[in-house]
Amino acid sequence: MSHLKNLTLKVWRQKSPADSGHFENYTIDEISDEASFLEMLDVLNEKLISDNKEAVVFDHDCREGICGTCSLMINGVAHGPQKATTTCQLHMRTFNSGDTIVVEPWRATAFPIIKDLMVDRSAFDRIIESGGFITAVTGGAPDANLIPIPKPVADAAMDSAACIGCGACVAACPNGAANLFTAAKISHLNYLPQGQSERFKRTEAMVETMDEYFGSCTNHGECSAACPKEISIDVIALMNKDYRASKFKNRKELSR
Amino acid sequence: MVVFSPYIGQCHRAGVLSQRGNRTSVKLILMATTTSALGSKRSPVTATATGTRRKRPFLLDLYSTAVGKKYVMAISGIAMMGFVLFHMIGNLKMYMGATALNHYAEFLKELLYPIAPKGVVLWILRGGLITMLFLHLHAAWSLTRLNRFARAVKYQGPRDYQVAKFASRTMRWTGIIVLSYLIWHILDLTLGVVNTTGTNGEFVKGEVYQNVLNSLNRPVVAAFYVIANILLGIHLFHGAWSIFQSLGWNNPRFNNWRRGFATAFATIVVVGNVSFPIAVIAGIVK
Repeated sequence: MSHLKNLTLKVWRQKSPADSGHFENYTIDEISDEASFLEMLDVLNEKLISDNKEAVVFDHDCREGICGTCSLMINGVAHGPQKATTTCQLHMRTFNSGDTIVVEPWRATAFPIIKDLMVDRSAFDRIIESGGFITAVTGGAPDANLIPIPKPVADAAMDSAACIGCGACVAACPNGAANLFTAAKISHLNYLPQGQSERFKRTEAMVETMDEYFGSCTNHGECSAACPKEISIDVIALMNKDYRASKFKNRKELSR
Repeated sequence: MVVFSPYIGQCHRAGVLSQRGNRTSVKLILMATTTSALGSKRSPVTATATGTRRKRPFLLDLYSTAVGKKYVMAISGIAMMGFVLFHMIGNLKMYMGATALNHYAEFLKELLYPIAPKGVVLWILRGGLITMLFLHLHAAWSLTRLNRFARAVKYQGPRDYQVAKFASRTMRWTGIIVLSYLIWHILDLTLGVVNTTGTNGEFVKGEVYQNVLNSLNRPVVAAFYVIANILLGIHLFHGAWSIFQSLGWNNPRFNNWRRGFATAFATIVVVGNVSFPIAVIAGIVK
């Protein structure tokens, strides 16, 4: 175990959604290279609190890379420099002594900053509410494997379901588009037999809700590069295809 | 019935109902959602989406969303790609001499003659292309506006692209430059307005071969043609690949071919088009 010394942090501080905000410089004299990025911020906050200053507000929850709560643009890269890694799983060994690290919140009109590094990602909830579910009959638990699902289909659905909804795709997208998130959520259900009955209604509703908040896709692939779960932009093509189909289908045709 | 849906805020309902054209209101409402969430005032749980979009005729309805606009972008792009390829192939007649090229130009006016009167089919094609160009531009314009709005406040720290290619990042610029080149090109070799300046010969309608020589013998003009066509190639390098994504043509069987197709298409068009000014300047075509 070794330690990093003399880190300079440029952290975005913003009092409220209406405040214009600014960068503030902090110094971390010494930190273990085994500390996660968020633990490093915890150390900073403890120091700030003991100095009677206000702690830096940031989102975090499970700290094991599966909940999608943590965010942060670190040196201009969503979730920091390590590929396929959330901020909470990013360790300080990725950095060097004497580094200056710029920490900024996600920036998108649909993700208003609540305070400091914390943004409101409830626009994602609006998309999920509009169709990111299946309707199922409640009652006794169905038998396992009652519905046969081919292995490749289950794998593809699982790849999409890996989306943790962190918003890195939106943050990384030069257009502030949420196509990767929405497409992952749509394809996850549209691949599976359980999702078929609402397939086109879901796609239409979710795409159009997404449209109310986010930008549009220009096929850069930045979202996929930033995604901690490495979801491929192939799902965006699938979403586009199903959206077209949803527009052409009418009630009578759906029964065919 | 089980439905996962935490809540739908009152503010959101207003947000969905507000129309596309009025983006500012959506922004304000988003702010309101934030503050109301903080104040923990939530309206009753609803199971289905409450948003109702204004009913539009089918095609307009499709075009009203960003995904639909990308469809229009892709389809109009395909149409113009078809044009640009056949335009290049047709111009290769230049290497076969004045008679061949002039005859080819005459043939274009006689398409489907005598079923259709002379020039009619050509004008139908031109009309289609102008429509496609307009749709391409309108979709680009409105999507750019939408995208600018989607990140109203930019990142304040330094930031660079991770994987986006030069071609995809510069689509708007290459597009605008190619458009201005296109206008100049029509003024130069279709209408002849800017062809007579600085050359010995006069622009004569129908004397295609001589007109091309007069124009491209001006080094500055030749250079402009070369640069504009390279930019067109960069535009096509991303566009011809992007089409597959936008139209949802994604299949593991041919996904690897998409990049190859776009590269080959862009290369063929650029090599063909750039060869003309170079051949004229080099004196290969006299």
